[in-house]
Parts: sequence; structure tokens; C-alpha cells
Amino acid sequence: MRQTLAIFRKDLLIEWRTASRTVALMSFAFIVLLILSFAIGAESSALQLHAAAYIWIAVLLSSTLLLDRSFRVEVEAGALHSLLLGPVRPAALFFGKALANFVQLLFLGTITIPLVIVLCDATFQGQVWVMAVALILGTAGLAAPGTLYAAMIARLQGRQLMLPLLLFPLIVPVLVAAVKATSLAMLGDPMNQAEAWLVLLLCFNLIYWCLAGVLFGRVIES
Amino acid sequence: MEAVVQTRDLACRYGARWALARVDLEIGAQERVLIVGPNGCGKTTLLRILATLEPPSRGSLTLFGADPSTNALEARRRLALLGHAPGVYEDLSAAENLRVLADCAGRPVPDVDAALRIAGLENRPDPVRRLSAGMRRRLALAVLWIQQPDLALLDEPFAQLDPGGIARVGEAIRNLPGAVVFASHQVRHAALLCDRAILLDEGQIRWSGAADQAEDAWRALHIERGQL
Repeated sequence: MRQTLAIFRKDLLIEWRTASRTVALMSFAFIVLLILSFAIGAESSALQLHAAAYIWIAVLLSSTLLLDRSFRVEVEAGALHSLLLGPVRPAALFFGKALANFVQLLFLGTITIPLVIVLCDATFQGQVWVMAVALILGTAGLAAPGTLYAAMIARLQGRQLMLPLLLFPLIVPVLVAAVKATSLAMLGDPMNQAEAWLVLLLCFNLIYWCLAGVLFGRVIES
Repeated sequence: MEAVVQTRDLACRYGARWALARVDLEIGAQERVLIVGPNGCGKTTLLRILATLEPPSRGSLTLFGADPSTNALEARRRLALLGHAPGVYEDLSAAENLRVLADCAGRPVPDVDAALRIAGLENRPDPVRRLSAGMRRRLALAVLWIQQPDLALLDEPFAQLDPGGIARVGEAIRNLPGAVVFASHQVRHAALLCDRAILLDEGQIRWSGAADQAEDAWRALHIERGQL
């Protein structure tokens, strides 16, 4: 646990020191939202209807940059070997980095919401807590498999292309559930469906976090 | 003398090429062993295997009396590797790197000031990204020094260093507490710090003897190959 927290603190410290890259990541998410809103046009009902999907598309596309970077800092000057020989347990390394990625994705998701509200003229007709839980579980569901795959491809050429190719098919269930829950939070939930989607998100999170935690040791040592 | 490293018929293969073959080695607790040999002869591979970063393809490896393949963490607690890369975070300062790496490994807070003095980096609070290659090399040695390992594995510790840096790093290596195994092309400097040496060629030990004879053995290999 102590090593997990140390890795978590270390990753956030590095992000803090490289704030310009974080700003670039947020700008990227903003540009994605802007392009989507331009592509749909000025029809505000269509924008409002799909606003939840835009939030998650922006988070998903930005996440590939963030996740790729999270392991690039480990391999660019060989710090990963220093950690492994530290010795840091592979499980602690995974959970520390996945938690740090989760916090950053959650932050990114949080700042996209007001942008979507402005760009899509979106409103909240559902429950805010559903939105908050969907955001937490959705970003957590991206962070665990994303961290595993980022570690897997960290030393490969063309890893920026490989990451979405590997990650996107795997997280389709999380994405669908997160979009549905977010959409119900924004457009209203007269049939009380949101909880079912949140439970589904929770189940996928349990599977992803446990499986990725178990597999990470093999990935990082090979 | 207790052996910290024991290898029997150790071999490592990358595809069809054997990077190491039939390496038998025994290194005592306080021994300092120099590995010399031409580029690509298997020095780095041998150090990576001893550091448990690479599994041998054949043969046996014993570290501190145990097989590291069954409990690598236990062996890693007692060894440290200075590889080609500095093994630090480019966006953090030298002092932050020393603290962060100790924190992640669960070690007590190290004497960062002493380590920075050894590396000659006490007045460099800027990120590692802005340090020269030689300074990064010295920082990597400081990271290793704070671990005070029972087995230090050093891959070209004098690379990219100026004469002052070589003297500084040499002094730091001399003060390391346990066994030291290091690969270097700077045979003359390195031999002064070692008890014995081995000459690797095409993955095999071609010669083994006193460290002060390493340069002659190295020269003889060059003559044999018609390179001198």
C-alpha cells in the first residue's frame, strides 16, 4: 500500500512539474468538443441529445495521449528499471499508476462537462449524483485497462497508434454504459434506468481492475 | 568467502544468436570484478541477467545463495544496477529523483545532500532534462549509492565523463560497501578499482585473472583479431 501511494504521489508530482503538457491535453479535449459541435451544426436539439457522447469521446481520445505519456516517462530514461530493482512490487506499480491516471482522467472529464454545457447548450434534467458516479466509474474503467496496455506497448515503435487499436475495442462496454448513464443524468431518467447502467459500470470496473492487476506483473517483467 | 553471485553454464540467446554461452562465474561478498571485452561481447547482457532483469536461456544463476527466479524481489533488495540509461525522471530535479526513488522502493529517507555531494550536483536544482550527459551519469551513481547495495552492477560507469567526473565516480565506486561487478572500456581506470577481471569475447569468458593484467589480455585479443 505504501509503495502504491508513493508511485501515485510520484506520478502526480511529475504531472504537476509538466503543467504545460496537462494544459495541452485539456486543449486537445476542448478542440475535439469544438469539432464535434461544428460537425453537428447549429441544431441545438441534436447537440443536446448527443452531449453525453461528446463528453466521453473527448475523454476517450484525450486518454490515449495521457496513458501513453504515463509510461513514456518511465522508459525514456530507464526509470522503470530503477523502480523494478528498487524493488517496487509490480502490483504496487500498477495500482499506483492506474490511480494517478484515474485522477487525471477524472479531472479531464470534470472540466469537459462545463465546456459541453456551453458548446451544446446542454442542461441537467436528471440527477447530478448519477452524472458524478458515471464520471468516476467511467474514467476508472478507462484507467485500469489503459494503464495495462500503456505498459505493454511502452517500448514499441508506433505505440501511439497501437494504444487505441488495443484499448478501444476492450473498453466499448464501459463507454456504452458511461454514455448511457451520463445521458440519463443530462436528459432525465423517467424509467429509473441509470442505476442499472451504473451497476454494469461497477462490474466492468471490478473485472478490469482485478484482471489488469494480476496481468501487470507478467507484462512489466517481460 | 560467501559467494554473492554464482553462475553455472549460464547462457542467453536472442533469436538464433547466443549473446552469452557457458559462463561460469563466482563472485565473493567484497570482491570487485571488472568485465572487459569488445562491443557486443555480452557484457551488458551478463549484467542484466545478474540484475534479474533478463532470465538466462540456459544454466543456473544463484544470487546471495538463492535462485532469483523463485524470489526476484529478495535479490533485488540487495542489488543495484547502473545501466546505460540514468534510470531517473527527466522532469524532476536530482534531489527529487533521489527522494522519489527511495520513497517508491519503501526505503528510509536517504541522505540526499551527501548523495548530491558525491555526484557533484548539490547546486543543480533544475530538472534532470537540463543536465549534461556526464551529470546524469553521476546522478545515476548517486541513486545507486543511496541504496548501499550488497552487489553493485555497473555498466560503463565512466562513459560520457570528463577526467574530473571519472575521478569522482571512481572514488564513489571505491566507497561502495559490497561486491562490485563492472563492465568498462576504460580498462586502465577500472583496473585500479578491481581485484580481478574477466575478458568476454563473443559471449564467452576468454580470459580471467588479476585486474592489473586485464589491459594486456585485452590487447592480446586485439592482436589476435588483427585489430592492432
